[in-house]
Amino acid sequence: MYKATVNITLRKSILDPQGKAAHNALKNLGLKEVDQVRIGKLIELDIDADNKEEAHKVAETACSKLLANEVMEDFEIEIHEN
Amino acid sequence: MSATFGVIVFPGSNCDHDAYHAMAHVMNAKTKFLWHKDTDLSDIDFLLIPGGFSYGDYLRSGAIARFSPIMQSVIEFAEKGGPVLGICNGFQILLEAGLLPGAMMHNQQLRFVCKQTHLRCETSDTLFTRNIEEGRVLQIPVAHGEGNYFTDEDQLKKLQDNDQIVFRYCDSQGKVTEEANFNGSVDNIAGICNPQRNILGMMPHPERAVEELIGSDDGKLIFESVLDELAVA
Repeated sequence: MYKATVNITLRKSILDPQGKAAHNALKNLGLKEVDQVRIGKLIELDIDADNKEEAHKVAETACSKLLANEVMEDFEIEIHEN
Repeated sequence: MSATFGVIVFPGSNCDHDAYHAMAHVMNAKTKFLWHKDTDLSDIDFLLIPGGFSYGDYLRSGAIARFSPIMQSVIEFAEKGGPVLGICNGFQILLEAGLLPGAMMHNQQLRFVCKQTHLRCETSDTLFTRNIEEGRVLQIPVAHGEGNYFTDEDQLKKLQDNDQIVFRYCDSQGKVTEEANFNGSVDNIAGICNPQRNILGMMPHPERAVEELIGSDDGKLIFESVLDELAVA
């Protein structure tokens, strides 16, 4: 069994209104050091595969077919042995 | 033989009865509900994918509905030239299914917006707008949190060059302004069609604008266009 951790974020070129709102709130909190906030999604998949590469392939298909919308989102996959 | 309209019902659709009312009771068209598990569209002449929150908007609006059994039939219906209108969540589903280009993001100001809006009809060259002259302003309400239409510059240029932008948000005088673009959509886009011009996706709700009593009946112009098209087809 492998665990895939998928990070989905809005593409860099796209304005992230949620991140912007959170950034403003952080500034109001007094955390002036925070320069930028981008908000995304974290998805964990437990994958039954023979090896790490196969698990990565499964996760990649899951991302491009459903979990991420590549018109506006990027994704990164990390595979760990369970 | 009169045309039959089909309204698709997903778990979480909530404008399906409004759409049915508009088409069956106001337009007097033969109309039937189609459950998302149905796959037989052989007696349907026009498909409407209504608004709502199919599958609770889980993951992204429309992302799960796209895998419903009926969607494969919808894709085949559309590829054969069958007319398909997706409204609000229906538009989001058409984007997720790849039947229309682009994606929907959260409204720029992050709020759900429910209000009357003005739309400028940008092309009469679709079966949905054949009775509406270009530049005419329609008053049709919106109700959405994720209607901020996005597409990259190349695709936007294609939409512009191919005359695929059907409706733009405008002011009451028909001016396409930044203030009128309340959700932040690229190029004030409120509705687009595919290159073959038989699929229209729009965020505003024409089915909620078919009776003067509730503010506007401009939405009827769209349904009348479709009925006229089907009557001569």
